[in-house]
Amino acid sequence: MNPSTMPAKIAVRAHDIPALTKHSAEHASKIQARKVDFFYGKVHALKAISLDINANQITALIGPSGCGKSTFLRTLNRMNDLIPGTRLEGQVLLEGHDIYARSVDPILLRRRVGMIFQKSNPFPKSVYENVVYGVKVNGYARTKPDFDEIAERSLRQAALWEEVKDRLHRSALSLSGGQQQRLCIARSLAVKPEVLLMDEPASALDPISTAKIEELIFELKKDFTIIIVTHNMQQAARVSDSTCFFLMGELVEHDLTTKMFTNPVRKETEDYITGRFG
Amino acid sequence: MHRHFEEQLEELKERLLYMGSLVEKAVHLSVEALAQRTEDLATQVIAEIEPQINELHLELDDRALQLLALQQPLAVDLRMIASIIKINSDLERMGDQAVNIAQRALSILSSPPLRLQADIPRMAELTEKMVKDALDSFVRRDNELARDVVLRDDEIDQYRDTVFRELIAQMIKAPKCIQQALDLILVSRNLERIADHATNIAEDVIYMVLGRDIRHHAEERAKSSAL
Repeated sequence: MNPSTMPAKIAVRAHDIPALTKHSAEHASKIQARKVDFFYGKVHALKAISLDINANQITALIGPSGCGKSTFLRTLNRMNDLIPGTRLEGQVLLEGHDIYARSVDPILLRRRVGMIFQKSNPFPKSVYENVVYGVKVNGYARTKPDFDEIAERSLRQAALWEEVKDRLHRSALSLSGGQQQRLCIARSLAVKPEVLLMDEPASALDPISTAKIEELIFELKKDFTIIIVTHNMQQAARVSDSTCFFLMGELVEHDLTTKMFTNPVRKETEDYITGRFG
Repeated sequence: MHRHFEEQLEELKERLLYMGSLVEKAVHLSVEALAQRTEDLATQVIAEIEPQINELHLELDDRALQLLALQQPLAVDLRMIASIIKINSDLERMGDQAVNIAQRALSILSSPPLRLQADIPRMAELTEKMVKDALDSFVRRDNELARDVVLRDDEIDQYRDTVFRELIAQMIKAPKCIQQALDLILVSRNLERIADHATNIAEDVIYMVLGRDIRHHAEERAKSSAL
């Protein structure tokens, strides 16, 4: 090799390294919030939130208690509809369609946009019945082989199959806390949602169970779009692709997680994630 | 809230600056030993100051790693600790270069003085100023000053080239001065390395303050690949 050509070649290769920031452009928007305002009676809980959430990515919502992050999460599958005296202005689009349009059935919407809560809430039934409950009552499947197939697929996706395959007909309440939470995830997955909303899904779990849930979330993004509310900054940093910081009902900053946790633009974001808040 | 962490971070910064002041002193005294032909100063650098710098090198790494492990700092705090770890290692290397200069001074002192033409005093002055400004830019979080330090590195490289050329010419003319001329060439090389480390520190300060990595022309590369 001619030594004089070497530096040029190395430089060309350095050019080829894809920049981190290009990453997000490749993902299409799954959900778009357009100037969303939300009221609990007279309390103005969300103020003009506009946000694009990318498909097959994990978006973390962070911020202090009462900042509106959980309220925002619940606007994405109309869970707030269940609370009397609430009102929403603006639009939430799922693949371009307004989910608050009159023609939309909230039950069908919640099949497409599932939710996992902070405290696992399995039904007092068997592991198997928990997983297939949604498909049974909604009539998405009717035969035992179909139920069996759905139960195994969902439990495998939730990384729980190996631990429960020999006790599918035991009570779900006999499982550990971490297993119960993964069972709830399996139950959500059974109806083949497109989006998973997670509200502090690991905050009641020990570090090992938390690690399993985080690993699971990471695996699930191949097939689903995930939005997770967490108070655990390290968790947001570990699992998410992009992070949104909410404060007093406003979306202060939204950027790639790597950027948000190393070099946020807004002072409020920096104060919050470095613990200098308030 | 969180005061404990901030106190620890402040202590870490103070210890780094103390180390920085020792490095400045080591560089200054090693150059003085050469200029004033004073053996004591050279010995002081080698036997007293550099061992302290090495102690601090270990202490700072230990403190920084503990903070990373126990506090899991983010954003500006993370950038500061990452920068401190890098600056720490640059300072330690600068201490080693000061020792090298002190050793060259001792070697030169062991033989009779010769009249050699080389602008090492001016080069040393500019290098010391770079070290001082790099550390000041860290204290004041002054990215403008840090950028200025980075730009001055080329000037030091030019001085080194000039010193090389001048001394080689004199060696060709008068082979009896080869030993001393070689010592001075090594000194100019040591000074140039010290300036390189000062430049690294300034680059780390820019990263710490702005979150922008300017090393190896990273910014221009990112711009051109984005086009």
